[in-house]
Amino acid sequence: MSLRILVGVKRVIDYAVKIRVKPDKSGVITEGVKHSMNPFDEIAIEEAVRMKEKKIAKEIVAFSCGPAQCQETLRTALAMGADRGIHVEVAGPQFDTLQPLHISKMLAQLAKDEQIDLIILGKQAIDDDCNQTAQMTAALLDWPQATSASKIEAKDGSLQVVREIDGGLETIKVKLPTVVSADLRLNEPRYATLPNIMKAKKKPIKKLTPKDLGVDVSPRIEVVTVEEPPVRLAGAKVENVDMMVEKLKALGHA
Amino acid sequence: MLPCFVRRAVFSFNPRYSHAKNVIPNIRHLVTSVDPSSGLTEEQQQIYKTALDFAHLEMRPHMAEWDENEIFPVETMRKAASLGFGAIYAREDYGGTGLSRLDASITFEALSQGCVSTTAYISIHNMCAWMIDTFGREDLRKTWIPQLASMEKLASYCLTEPGAGSDAGSLNTTAKKSGNDLILNGSKAFISGGGDTDVYLIMCRTGEPGPKGISCVLVEKGTPGLSFGKKEKKIGWNSQPTRAVILEDCRVPISNIIGKEGQGFSIAMKGLNGGRVNIASCSLGAAQASLEISADHLKVRKQFGKPLADFQHSQFQMARMATKLVASRMMIRNAATALEESHPNDVTLCSMAKLYATEACFEIVNTALQLHGGYGYLKDYAVQQYLRDIRVHLILEGTNEVMQMVIAKDILKSK
Repeated sequence: MSLRILVGVKRVIDYAVKIRVKPDKSGVITEGVKHSMNPFDEIAIEEAVRMKEKKIAKEIVAFSCGPAQCQETLRTALAMGADRGIHVEVAGPQFDTLQPLHISKMLAQLAKDEQIDLIILGKQAIDDDCNQTAQMTAALLDWPQATSASKIEAKDGSLQVVREIDGGLETIKVKLPTVVSADLRLNEPRYATLPNIMKAKKKPIKKLTPKDLGVDVSPRIEVVTVEEPPVRLAGAKVENVDMMVEKLKALGHA
Repeated sequence: MLPCFVRRAVFSFNPRYSHAKNVIPNIRHLVTSVDPSSGLTEEQQQIYKTALDFAHLEMRPHMAEWDENEIFPVETMRKAASLGFGAIYAREDYGGTGLSRLDASITFEALSQGCVSTTAYISIHNMCAWMIDTFGREDLRKTWIPQLASMEKLASYCLTEPGAGSDAGSLNTTAKKSGNDLILNGSKAFISGGGDTDVYLIMCRTGEPGPKGISCVLVEKGTPGLSFGKKEKKIGWNSQPTRAVILEDCRVPISNIIGKEGQGFSIAMKGLNGGRVNIASCSLGAAQASLEISADHLKVRKQFGKPLADFQHSQFQMARMATKLVASRMMIRNAATALEESHPNDVTLCSMAKLYATEACFEIVNTALQLHGGYGYLKDYAVQQYLRDIRVHLILEGTNEVMQMVIAKDILKSK
């Protein structure tokens, strides 16, 4: 097998940062805040690189959609082992209203333009937690999908994927071309080595606009307000179960 | 959008992130004024990030154990070397990473947040690799650089003697010619890694008294006549062994001379220029970590009905700590760039950076310990280890007194 893999990498606010809401409640503060690659996307890139090392894949294309700083995220993907990058630049208010469906449409078009055999995405982004992009991309392409993957094995023109589902683990076989989304336990991403960071500088990043892919990124939603979750109130202790039931009834929860 | 604590729970299953909740402070809004990444190019930021991730995941969880049990973490260092940290500024043709002094500085600044002592040894190893790479003949480079870059073999730098510390040029270890060999006699003191490392760069006297009679000779462990003193008991730098290196009629081929005969002192000093930037960078990492830890502590610890962060005195202390940190960082990065570009005053600038930063960072970490109150004195808290580990940076690689000698000589010289 000699697959060409497309991996989506999203630039998100770093997981260690304390999120703060803008005073005008229009969103969260992103200016001057540390960003990094979505952790599930790191796992996706790592899986693609491992497939290339096993000679199952021949080329890895990393894709990111967003403002100019997405180039940094793409460079990290290149430093981890991707061969080239594609940056679809969307900035400002248009970026704030970008939805998974827009991304899915871009991925679907790229899959056709770049003759992609396998799309690996992170199962969800840690900023919006949508868990939609992989599924919708598969639907748009009419490809099979294997989401929440915790193990991928390539076998004669198809993939055997172990999925983490609510009931436990499910093993499915999907024919290529296919879309897979990476779950936490799929692998442990490697560190980018210093030589690879320097080599990544020379790998190409192609710049495209949404129009080049025939995707209209005009907003489909309007953000009305963004607020902090309510402050956690103090709890109360009760003596026994009967008292607990009484309290729940009094508060209108039962 | 997941609130911060739930997001961390998601990653606690993944072994890579499982200790993140202990290692990375609970609430962290990264402040750009002291963020080490600011002002760096994209590649440098990636280098810093790789090194910092490595420090947080592979070193920080073991820092206390390595100190308490005096463990020399060779496997962890080899893992670091596999990322390119073994010979950062040695040339690429035999496996060095071929990066700049500034890249090395930011690497050590990041790694030392994980463990100062281990990072300091890695920097000494890097210094030795560079010396062989820059001054060694082709055959020596070919033999040693690949092994040092991967840290398959470890190196030690041997200049100081019981009777020659600051006055290094007066060293007494002799190397007398005998046919095609040199016979070495003498002893070296306070050698980092001594006894556990594989290759020793020994500065010894092949000629006249004074610096010009000194050569740099490579001696492998196991050579008859090379032995080691007892492991020293130190208040810090406990993850690296320190021993005397003893030479008794130790015979090595003359071809083991690095560079030219009589060039040894110059090579040693040139190595130390970089070493000074590196050691200062290690102090910087400790100060950065201590500042972040202190900021978190002040927000959480309450006395007299309010967090310590609300008291003006604590605020002013943090302000001064942050200012000293940024000043130290600028001195170090400026010196690294000067060294890289062979600035005419690179030696003085490196000495200034080492002098300033090691002292300023010690003050930062010392204040951080004070801000923790009684808790700062407990070994459960990292600040005391950062303090003990960086204290020696004011002494080795040229005492801060010698740094003043170097700077004064430059400032007061006649045209």
